[in-house]
Parts: sequence; structure tokens; C-alpha cells
Amino acid sequence: MLIKILGRRLAQAVFVAWAVGTLTFFLMNLLPGDFAYRIAAGRYGYDYVNQAAADAVRAELGLDRSVWLQYLDWFRDLLRFNLGDSLVSGNPVSQELAHQLGHSLQLALFASLLSLLIAVPLGLYAGRQVGSALDRASLFISVLLRAQPVFVIGLVLVLIFALQFQLLPVAGFGGSRYLILPALSLALSMAALSSRMIRNATHQVLGSSYYQFARFKGLSEQQAFTHHAQPNIALPVVAFIGIQAVSLIEGIVMIESLFSWPGIGHALAHAIFGRDVPMIQGAALVMGLLFVLINLLVDLCCYWLDPRQREEGLQ
Amino acid sequence: MQIKNILAVVGFALLAWLLLDYQAVDQQQTLTIGGPFEFTSQDLSKDGFMYTRMQVAEALVDVRPDGSLIPKLASDWLVSDNGLEWRFSLRSGVSFHDGRPLNADAVVYSLQKAMAKPGVVQQLPLERLYADAEQVVVELSRPYKPLLSILAHYSLAILSPSSYDEQGQVVALSGTGPYQVALLAPPHKLNVRRFPEYWGEAASIEQVHYLTGHRAESRALQAQSGQADLIYTLDPASLDLLERADNVWVHSQSIPRTVLLKLNNAHPYLNNKQTRQALSLALDREGLSEHVVRVPDSAAYQLFPPALGHWHLSELAEKQRNLALAGELLKQQGWQLGSDGVLEREGERFRLNLVTYADRPELTVLATAIQAQLAEIGVEVEVVVDNSSAIPARHHDGTLELALIARNYGTLSDPLALLVDDHLQGGGDWGPMNWSSPSLSELLESLMSSDGEQDRQLTRQAALLLADELPLIPVLFYTQQVAVNQRVQNFQFDPFELNYRVAEMSFAN
Repeated sequence: MLIKILGRRLAQAVFVAWAVGTLTFFLMNLLPGDFAYRIAAGRYGYDYVNQAAADAVRAELGLDRSVWLQYLDWFRDLLRFNLGDSLVSGNPVSQELAHQLGHSLQLALFASLLSLLIAVPLGLYAGRQVGSALDRASLFISVLLRAQPVFVIGLVLVLIFALQFQLLPVAGFGGSRYLILPALSLALSMAALSSRMIRNATHQVLGSSYYQFARFKGLSEQQAFTHHAQPNIALPVVAFIGIQAVSLIEGIVMIESLFSWPGIGHALAHAIFGRDVPMIQGAALVMGLLFVLINLLVDLCCYWLDPRQREEGLQ
Repeated sequence: MQIKNILAVVGFALLAWLLLDYQAVDQQQTLTIGGPFEFTSQDLSKDGFMYTRMQVAEALVDVRPDGSLIPKLASDWLVSDNGLEWRFSLRSGVSFHDGRPLNADAVVYSLQKAMAKPGVVQQLPLERLYADAEQVVVELSRPYKPLLSILAHYSLAILSPSSYDEQGQVVALSGTGPYQVALLAPPHKLNVRRFPEYWGEAASIEQVHYLTGHRAESRALQAQSGQADLIYTLDPASLDLLERADNVWVHSQSIPRTVLLKLNNAHPYLNNKQTRQALSLALDREGLSEHVVRVPDSAAYQLFPPALGHWHLSELAEKQRNLALAGELLKQQGWQLGSDGVLEREGERFRLNLVTYADRPELTVLATAIQAQLAEIGVEVEVVVDNSSAIPARHHDGTLELALIARNYGTLSDPLALLVDDHLQGGGDWGPMNWSSPSLSELLESLMSSDGEQDRQLTRQAALLLADELPLIPVLFYTQQVAVNQRVQNFQFDPFELNYRVAEMSFAN
């Protein structure tokens, strides 16, 4: 079973790498506008983009070559694990990705773990005490937080912690002090949803016949909760957090720009404006593989949590 | 495993992360600058502005805030009588950040690398560049007065030969400035520290950090919280906020950038002065200035802003909006108002597309305001928001009709270089389209070899001619707004945005 999971995800990864790169390449080529001009604007800025700069870019990058030739070049490089150089900055795409995607991942990981610290205790408590004051308060706060764009949550946190109490910097990166506010903004927004998810799963499991049976057969509440409720609550929650993590990596542009955090969302937007094809292909490819990896981790967690899957494997 | 234990492990891990990754900043010795400007590389032709602003790299010549040019790495220069040979002597005792001494060979090597790239340097009628003993010699094919302002440009800052790799790309930038690179994290961050062997007066402030901030509100909050000492490019909403803060003051100063309408002067609707005047008279510049960009007194009735010294004509009268006169001028061209309020002539409607770009956010708002203002005289405008590269691209393929652009007249300290490129050298991708004037060409030719009072007179005539003929219609001047923390002493502002001049600043005790 485990080998089957790994094999399936590996095949998926190879397919994703090829498909994502190919698709982005041809989609970019369908976009209107002269590539050489766009790249020149990205490189030299709006005060200096002119025909001479565009011509220099065209000659340097060989943009006159046929699209198929350019595609084959990319594919050959891909087979050698070479993502090429950015057309705008001239730096290797792998170096750009390590910096920008690295920071996005750092923020996403910290925010996800922080959201678990908030959501799990809150969700479990509310699920056990359905209808209590805390359950109702958590529902109210969840709705309030989810109704805000995450950007507003960030701004409010900045006003409180950076401006009022001067405890943390407003924006920037390089050191953990800069990580706290953007991560907390994202964590609050994520926890608003996942805490309700955990609360519902908990409520459902505690009301189920198998949990009741566990109690009837003489297990203490603690024992029944640990062995029968926890894994069943965890299964949907793990899958949900996997999806949240994926959307977090690709969708935190607003938080990145508010906190001047170097991230892949911002880098990708700029790469598209500047028609920086290797950068877009590289970013799409690495993010595609990352999503496969996150799915794999979710699968492995579920495999570990769910004895039915393991038994199926043994048979 | 108990869920409590897992949470405890996660909590402990996050705490450890925060503690291990903590990096202290010595606020007492560090000046932090924030602005919207991104940089992607160490290539001076692309991002040199960042390294001259942060005073890492220096050029042969320096531009003072008033636009005058003074010696920097060149100690002085001599021009041959025919204006074709310039000899630059170099300052002695200057060393690069990598320890190598500055000499003529290093300067020539660095300039040659710059000349292989696109940029303002391509405007030079260069014949030969070489080192002769300890002098750098520039030979031209024809006299070119704005040579010094080109040499002062950031793309021609002098770097040590060790900065370049085999392909001529800058990989380890080493300049001669009072600060050297300490941490480089494009596109957001550049930290520099004092260079102890600097040839000039040592900087008082030890470290300078630059951080790109994309959002204006975030930048304003950095100024207000004291995290940043200087914040460039504040938006009007933030100005209100910062006026109430007691730790910050705001410096406002005109910069040489003008919002203007670029027109296709060969377009059948736009190919005469009267129509261009009518469009200009239909603009409510005061309204745009007060209510759209919210910077009072920024209405522009000439191309050159006050920051450009004698190119700006203070006596040029402000022409009020005059819809009646605009209508009359259009009528003389045969245009009649149609039943739906749009002008018509021989069955054709007065309809134009107006291209602008989103790189500067104010342009799209201004474009729609101008669309509404021109509709009042019966000119129908369709606004197209594109990338900045659409302006030169459409200029060359002839599809440009109207464009709203923010032109930087201060890319070089002397606008003459820009005008010569626009009108005599076939440049002008951002200048007038399909327009030429023998009188202006003659004036510019004369300006290339004039000086003193004659220079002033000719400059005046050229500026007047452009304001009168309207091959480009000026709309607004720009003002740079900088938030300055009270602890910063001797704040300096460079309207050409080539140098933040932090080395001249200090902190209050």
C-alpha cells in the first residue's frame, strides 16, 4: 500500500513537472505584446524602456528563434535539472526561487503550525462543549475573521503590536522578529476556518455509535478519546490542513506586500508582467511539485492514522 | 500519542525557531530607508540607481541637488578647442571596496562594460575611449555638450574590475563610495556599512538599510512607528496620518518628472496646433492637482518642472481651463457636436484611444479623469491600461493615438541630452511623435556649443517653443514627499534621485 502511494505520487510528480512547464510556456506565448519590449521594461524600468533596449534584449536572448526551438531548449535543460536564468534579473532561476519561494515556505510553515496551536485546542473544546459560551464566542470570532480580507487582519495587528506597543517591526525580513506579525495574520485567518472544522468533526465523533460503544465497554473518557475519537477527528482535519497549506503558498501575495516579505506570489506576478518565461516555468514547476509533496504527506499521515488503510495494504 | 503532547512539541518548535532566528539590529547606528523601488540585480544598466543612491558606487562626475555638475572621481577635465576630445584627470588616493586602487585602466574597463549595454550611454557620439598615463580620454565624433551629465548617470558609475565575471556581468559589486555592500537580497533589501578607507569625509552613520515597501500605507506606518528613518514616495492619505505624528516631519520637493499627454501628431485629428491647444484648454489641471493626486500647485503648463533650473520658465502664464475657446478652436477645424455630444466631421466621430500603464498607479486614475474632462468638449476617449513598454512599442508601430505618461526629465541632469535624443537623433520613444520643428532643431544645435547668457537665452526660446506648439501636452508636475524621522540631522534631498546623501547626515544625540 505504502509503495503504491509513493509510486503513484512519483508518477504524478513527473507528469506535473512536464505538463506545468509546457502549459505555462505555451500560454505565455499566447499573451499579446512584444516579448522583447516587455522584458526590456522589466529590466530597465519605465523610464528607460525604448526600442533600442528592446532590440538589445531581442538580440541577446534570441527571441527571433521559433517558439518550438525555444521550447525544446527549455525541455533539454529540464532533463538536466537546469531551470535556466531569469530574463529580467539574469540570475539563475533556482537562486531566485530559493530566495523567494524559500521565504514563502518559511512563512507558510510557521503560519500553519501556529494556526494548529490556536485551532486544535479551541476546536476540541468547542466540539466537546457544543452550545457553550466559548463555542458561540468561537463561532462569532471565526465569522468575523473570515469576513475580513487577511490584509485587514494584518493591518490591525500592525496597528496594535507595531504602532501602539512598539513591540514588533511593521515590515521587513531577516530575523524572527519580522516573521511574527505576517505569520500571526495568516494563522488567525486559517484557524478561523480549521477550528470550526475540528469542532464539527469532534462533535460528530463524540456522538457516533463507535465512540458510545467504546465508553460502554468500559473505557474511561480519556482512553476512549485517545484511541477512538482522536484518529477519527484527525483524518478529515489533516486533509483539510493540506489544502489550506497549498492555498497559503500560492495566495499570500497581499500579506507579502503589506509586510514587505519576499514571496513567490509577488515574484510570479512580476515575472508575468515582464514575460520572464523561465522564471514563470520554474516557479510553476517547483510549486506543482510542492503540491504533489504536500499531497503525499497528507496521504502518509492518513495511512499512519487509519488502520483500515494499513490492513488493506497487508492483505 | 496524546494530542496535548503533539501540540506541546509544535509550540516548543515554534519558540525555538523564534529564538534561534533572532537577529538584533543596532538602531543607534543604523539608518533605515524605505521606498517603492525594486532592484533585481547588480547590473548598473538595470539597477545602478540603487547603488548610487546608497552611495556604494560613484561616477566620475557628481550632480548637485540644483543640477550643477561637480568633480567626483575625476578631479578635473579639459576639453579640446574643437570640443571633440575630453581628458579627465582622476582623484588620487581613491580605493575600491576590494582594496584595489582607482586608476585610469580601471575606469576605462568599467566604462567599456557600461557601453556594451543599452541606456543613456548609447546617445554619446563616442569615437574612442582609452587610458593615457593617469588620464581617461574620451574622443567624440562631434561636439556633445551634455557629456558630463551622461557620465554622472548611475549606469556609468565606476566599479572595480573584480566586480565582473568573464561574461562582463557584475557579480560582486565593488565601488568607491562611503558605504560598501553588507547584505544584498534583491528585490527587497540592500544593507550597506561604512567603508573605512573612503577617500572623502567619512560617513557619520555606520549602517544604512534599504527595504522595498510595495504598499504606501505600510511605508507610512514604518515611518510613524520609527522603524524607518526616511520613507520615500508617500501617498496623500499617509500625509494626513504623518502630520499628526510628532516623531516625523515631511519634506516635499518638486522633482523633474511631468505627467503629460503624448500625441500622435500625424493622426488626422491631431495634426494641427489648434486641436492640440483645444485638448490642452479642456484639461482641468487644478482639479486633477487638488482632487486626484492631492498635491496642490502641481498643475503643469510647460514640460519642464521647477526642479530643472533655467529650463523652467517661471514667467509662463498659467492658462485657465477654457471650454468655450476649446470648442471654438475645434469648430474652426470643422468639428460639429453630434446629437450624442461627440464631435463629428464628415461622418467621422472624434474618438481616440488613450494608452497608459499601471506601473505608476496614479496614471490610471488620471487617465479616467482626463477621459471625463475631454468628453465635455465632445472628444470621446477609450482608456487602455497596458504595460509601460506599450508606449515605445506603439510609438514605433504607429498605433499610438494618445498616451498618458509620467516622463522623467531628470534621467540626466541636463535635459538638453534628452531633447537632442528626441529631436535630432531619432530617439523620442517617450517624446513627441511624428512632430518636428526646424526652429527647435536649430536651437538645439546652437545649444550644443553655447554657454553663459547665450545658453540661457536659447534654453528659454526652446522651452517657450515647446510650451507653445504643444507636441506633448503637459498635465501635472511631480512632487516627492519624504517622511523624515526627527532624529535625522542634516537631511538632504536629491531631486534627480541619484543619491540619498546619507553620508552627509547624522543622528541627533
